[in-house]
Amino acid sequence: MKIALLGNPNTGKSSIFNMLTGLRQQVGNFPGVTVEKKQGDIKTKTGIHQLIDFPGTYSIFARALDEQIVEDVLLNIQHTDYPDAIIYVADAANLERNLLFFTQLYDSGFPIVLVLNMWDRAQQKGLKIDTELLQKQFPLANIVRATARVSIGKSRIIQAIDTLQKGKNTPFFDFNLDELQTDHAQTENTNARLEKLRQLGIVQDLQIKAPNRSNRLDQILTHRIYGYLIFSAVLLIIFQFIFSFASIPMDFIDSQFVQLSSWIANLLPEGVLSKLISQGLIPGIGGVLVFVPQIAILFFFISLLEESGYLSRVVFIMDRLMRPFGLNGKSVVPLLSSVACAIPGIMSARTISDWKERLITILVAPFMSCSARIPVYTLLISLVIPKTYIAGVLNLQGIVLFGLYLLGIVFALATAVILKLLIKSGKPGFHVMELPDYKTPRLYNVGLTVYEKVKIFIFDAGKIIVAISILLWALASYGPNSRENNLSKLRQKANYTAANQAQQQELESSLLLSQSYIGHFGKWMEPVIKPLGYDWKIGIALLSSFAAREVFVGSLATIYSVGNDTDNNKRLVQKLKDEKYEDGSSVYSLATGGSLLIFYVFAMQCMATLAVVKRETNSWKWPLIQLAFMGIIAYLSAFIVYQLLS
Amino acid sequence: MFVTLDSISLNQPVQITAIPASAISPKLTEMGLTKGQKITAIFKAPFGDPIAYEINGNVISMRKEEAMHIEVQVA
Repeated sequence: MKIALLGNPNTGKSSIFNMLTGLRQQVGNFPGVTVEKKQGDIKTKTGIHQLIDFPGTYSIFARALDEQIVEDVLLNIQHTDYPDAIIYVADAANLERNLLFFTQLYDSGFPIVLVLNMWDRAQQKGLKIDTELLQKQFPLANIVRATARVSIGKSRIIQAIDTLQKGKNTPFFDFNLDELQTDHAQTENTNARLEKLRQLGIVQDLQIKAPNRSNRLDQILTHRIYGYLIFSAVLLIIFQFIFSFASIPMDFIDSQFVQLSSWIANLLPEGVLSKLISQGLIPGIGGVLVFVPQIAILFFFISLLEESGYLSRVVFIMDRLMRPFGLNGKSVVPLLSSVACAIPGIMSARTISDWKERLITILVAPFMSCSARIPVYTLLISLVIPKTYIAGVLNLQGIVLFGLYLLGIVFALATAVILKLLIKSGKPGFHVMELPDYKTPRLYNVGLTVYEKVKIFIFDAGKIIVAISILLWALASYGPNSRENNLSKLRQKANYTAANQAQQQELESSLLLSQSYIGHFGKWMEPVIKPLGYDWKIGIALLSSFAAREVFVGSLATIYSVGNDTDNNKRLVQKLKDEKYEDGSSVYSLATGGSLLIFYVFAMQCMATLAVVKRETNSWKWPLIQLAFMGIIAYLSAFIVYQLLS
Repeated sequence: MFVTLDSISLNQPVQITAIPASAISPKLTEMGLTKGQKITAIFKAPFGDPIAYEINGNVISMRKEEAMHIEVQVA
């Protein structure tokens, strides 16, 4: 049997889903749209049933993108996801409003289990719910109580599925879809339904008001000073975790994959296949997995904050600040997460229900300076920015670094304003939302979210990343036949024969890269990048760092034959400083360095981000548009900076 | 003379008198905001917008431009 899980937002629907399906869940999209579809199996006495989790909505009629899928599926018997039965989750503490959507489904004739969730909360609030009266009104529904947050009610729900009754029910209220085509007719119907529900008197308020913990906390957390201070402190903690602890598992993953590569290379007979696996495929997979720690840490915190109820307060206090940029409070978390890494940032944009605002957030997020830019910034700043102090205290290098971060933020917001004007939207944004009560987060739910996000990244975006990295590897490791001849010529040169083995290795790698296909392409495009102050060697580093920005440093190290190792950074800086054009001028002048810094602030040099944008927007159209406009902005501003400084 | 929900003072319960048809009125109705319901503004975000309201023991937040669509009178 196919069972749909439906209900209003904030009713603990996902807790019910997790409770019923556990780890047996798959996450994907509904066909043709970017609305998350979670699916899992429930085992009952009558067999295994498929449970599909739908987005939380207030009614069967769609008012936003996320809600459209609910209407599309429920009103179309031909739809592949059309359910045989429904589990409807209602917040017992706010029952009358929650029953509206339930009555629409009941009147549509679906066999239905009505779960009165958060039963404990209703009792704390002093609400008395007359379930007998409720059952009398909806004789064909199976009504059960649950408190899913503490895993109460699972067996009752499973039993209720097996005893579902089919049959023609007496509608609760007139529900003729043919007559409910206009907004006006729908609203009239809704109004009358709600009125009838309230008249029934299912819920009785015993007036024993529990102390309102939420309200007192809210006075502090949404305060105009403390509110922002507390949010900054929370951010500081999250970023501390990412910057100081994510590197440990990241380095571990890196080193394990290096070892795995050399192990495979030794194991397999030498040849194309061995190289493909050990130098293309395995580093490609490593390049996917290396993002996992950052994604996991960020989503751990995001879902912890969401579960606790705090995240909606962040949205509340940030909403007004984001509005001038065509964004809303919900864009804050994706954008700020992007300062660590745009990938989890973009993945967290799903919470923005308005499609246009979500799209704009996704498109501008990579302008925020992520952690992969740091190695590039550090190298270039130490190369061209003097270590002087301004006014005796301010380190010029520090100011430049700060300026680069600021520039990213400014351009993200400015681009958002422009995109707001350019992108058309169907329905107007709707920003009424519930501020749920504060709750202690359940680690089980947090853990499942982290697990799912990591899984989505590895299996959906991962495929694209591995494919592109194999392509880039092939272009950088193979070259026209002349390459071998030049290699033998190199081996006869005096500076080669005089060098020790390590230096010989470095000279060979340098020659092989610069004469590879990427190397030739770098030379071929030198005229294009000349106005930015770059030579073909920088061109090669730019091309290969499309895999990930930090690759820029490693590529330069290979080209200038200093070992590809971070400890060699000093050697690399010295080598770059000594690099001269034929006329004796420095290649890495202030103008070139500045132009490169600006280029890396703006350019979309990250295939993993593109793969994630493709996944989140469900087409190649938006990632390609993003690649193009970020590239154009990068090129033009690098050009301006070079011309101004030279 | 009616007032709209965006202009009421904090902690002063009011009653919804009308929600004239607009692009957002269907959704407002579905969220339980209907004629006759009691609603109280309980706190505001910095800069006075959005505003949090209590209705039926639950808290919802609304932008001022959205609250403007709801007509109320002091209960």
